[in-house]
Amino acid sequence: MEHLIEFKNVYKIYQMGDERVHALDGVSLTVDRGEFVAIVGSSGSGKSTAMNIIGCLDVPTSGTYRLGGVDVSTMDDDQQAEIRNKMLGFIFQQYNLIPKLNVQENVELPLLYAGVGAEERRRRAIQALERVGLANKRRNLPSQLSGGQQQRVSIARALAGDPSVILADEPTGALDSHTGREVLAFLQKLNAEGDTVVLITHDNSIAVKAKRIVRLQDGKIIYDGDARDPRAVVQPEEDLGDIQGFAGAGEAGEEAQA
Amino acid sequence: MNFTQSFRLAVKSLLASKMRALLTMLGIIIGVAAVIIITSLGNGMQNYMNRQFDQLGANLIQVQIWGLGGMSSRSVDPDDMYALVDKYPQYLAGVSPYVMAQGLVRRGADDFDRTSVYGVSEFFYDAQRNQVLSGSHLGRGRFLSYIDVERRQNVCVIGSYLAQAAFGGDALGQSLTISGTPFTVIGVMAEYADSTEGSSDDVIFIPYGSAMQLNGSGWVDLYLFNSADQDNANLAKGIIETRLYQIFQTEDAYYVMSSAEMMDAMDAMLNTLMMILILIAAISLLVGGIGIMNIMLVSVTERTREIGIRKSLGAKRRDIRSQFIIEAGTTSAIGGAIGIVLGIVMANVLTNVIAFVLGTGNDGFVAVPTPGGIAVSFGVSVGVGILFGYLPANKAARLNPIDALRYD
Repeated sequence: MEHLIEFKNVYKIYQMGDERVHALDGVSLTVDRGEFVAIVGSSGSGKSTAMNIIGCLDVPTSGTYRLGGVDVSTMDDDQQAEIRNKMLGFIFQQYNLIPKLNVQENVELPLLYAGVGAEERRRRAIQALERVGLANKRRNLPSQLSGGQQQRVSIARALAGDPSVILADEPTGALDSHTGREVLAFLQKLNAEGDTVVLITHDNSIAVKAKRIVRLQDGKIIYDGDARDPRAVVQPEEDLGDIQGFAGAGEAGEEAQA
Repeated sequence: MNFTQSFRLAVKSLLASKMRALLTMLGIIIGVAAVIIITSLGNGMQNYMNRQFDQLGANLIQVQIWGLGGMSSRSVDPDDMYALVDKYPQYLAGVSPYVMAQGLVRRGADDFDRTSVYGVSEFFYDAQRNQVLSGSHLGRGRFLSYIDVERRQNVCVIGSYLAQAAFGGDALGQSLTISGTPFTVIGVMAEYADSTEGSSDDVIFIPYGSAMQLNGSGWVDLYLFNSADQDNANLAKGIIETRLYQIFQTEDAYYVMSSAEMMDAMDAMLNTLMMILILIAAISLLVGGIGIMNIMLVSVTERTREIGIRKSLGAKRRDIRSQFIIEAGTTSAIGGAIGIVLGIVMANVLTNVIAFVLGTGNDGFVAVPTPGGIAVSFGVSVGVGILFGYLPANKAARLNPIDALRYD
């Protein structure tokens, strides 16, 4: 069967002055439908680059990236925009709602760019808002909602276009721990309902909520496997001193240093 | 891309910062208002002049004669001009000398020193149209007749102001004096202007021979011809010029101008003047466009993150571009609409001011905005917005979504 996400020997190289930085250094990775994958790594590990490429916001320097069987690594701006629109649902750390639009209009945006008619847009936006329990707030502006509610709106927006992959970039980063747990629980629920979720985070305690963890360091995958495996959350050697309190698989309560 | 949403967003963001919106649109508002005012004034002026010419009659041909001066014996006699009309009746319907007479008008103990006295012939009055060549209609009594003119009878036709002011309305058969010579009133003109002192209702028409006597000279320097019909006005003009050239042997002693020609010349002059003024106003539109471009560039920078969000959700370059172009177009269109309203209001105000200054009343000058002028200036303002919105919109469309999302 075809993989939903397939990285084959992907490199992303930035030219920083005289130095060539390998943000992704030969990464190969596959994600199938229905998976819940956390891509974990400290800053500089290449996880943001990986997320940009998975999210079709960037293209690899070399190697191929196939999304839903289609090679998207050589697409131009507008073709990528169309792929983002049809296949991806983004959830950002800062929610990234447009402040001037009300909740429903925000949720309708991906449908608007997909060319869906007004009536259908409204129907699907309300449906998505019902899934996150905010249909009654659809006339409100984002600024009138709490952080947790705003993040749920952005989840509804990600769901509205019925994407193949939900791509969550530090979705709990701006939330208190209680609300963060709610959002994570919601992502788990979505996954249980069949959605494919890719979560990008630096935080082990969040990553372990996924089923599978992919750990990146210096642009390379250093672990890829079950989230319950203790090795999934073990820090690279140089950071070991910081995680003395590491408790064990499944309940890594301590904050890993980013 | 969804037009209505972009339009609504544009209106929303304009309303959100009214002061900034107003300043953005100011150039367009001033430019459009200026164009409307200029076209209204020009149009009003043209209407006014055309009406004046119509009242004078489109068949009118003015002949100005200043002679050769000095000792030259060549001169034009009114009889020469009458002979011309007799000779070419198919082209020339009539002629009247038009002599401004000097002299104090007096009725009893009252002086009327602002009254204009004109010496004319019976042809000055067109019985069919009940109208004299200077436009006004005969109200009561009769106009000067052939006999009056031929015998230089001391009779006169007076304007409505004089009839009221000197005779209390009952002027027929009464008399007044001009430089001491008594004249009997045989006719009263209908009100033409507003019956005030010094207006075209404050006039006296007398036989031109009498006027020449009052002036103490045998010289007629202005003749008014009537061509037989409008189409032949140029031929009629040629006939008169030929005859005058025979007399003077030079073109420098006289000037012949037909109404139609004069109207064309005035229209052409006015059009040129209007074009120049509109071009100047267009500079304001250009500056307005640059103002919009400036604010749009600021807006693109301010909304970099929004652009990033939209792109991440699948907005293509043309979606972003059209959003900002629609926004620029909306801004300039609203500015244009405000400018149009302002221009129409100003044109109205100017109409009243000019009417007040000229004292012409409602019948006089009216600055009318033309539908064409309104449509064009609105179109141009929208066009300017779109044109100058393109550069910022394109900048927005080309933003890299990753950088845009990270922008604070």
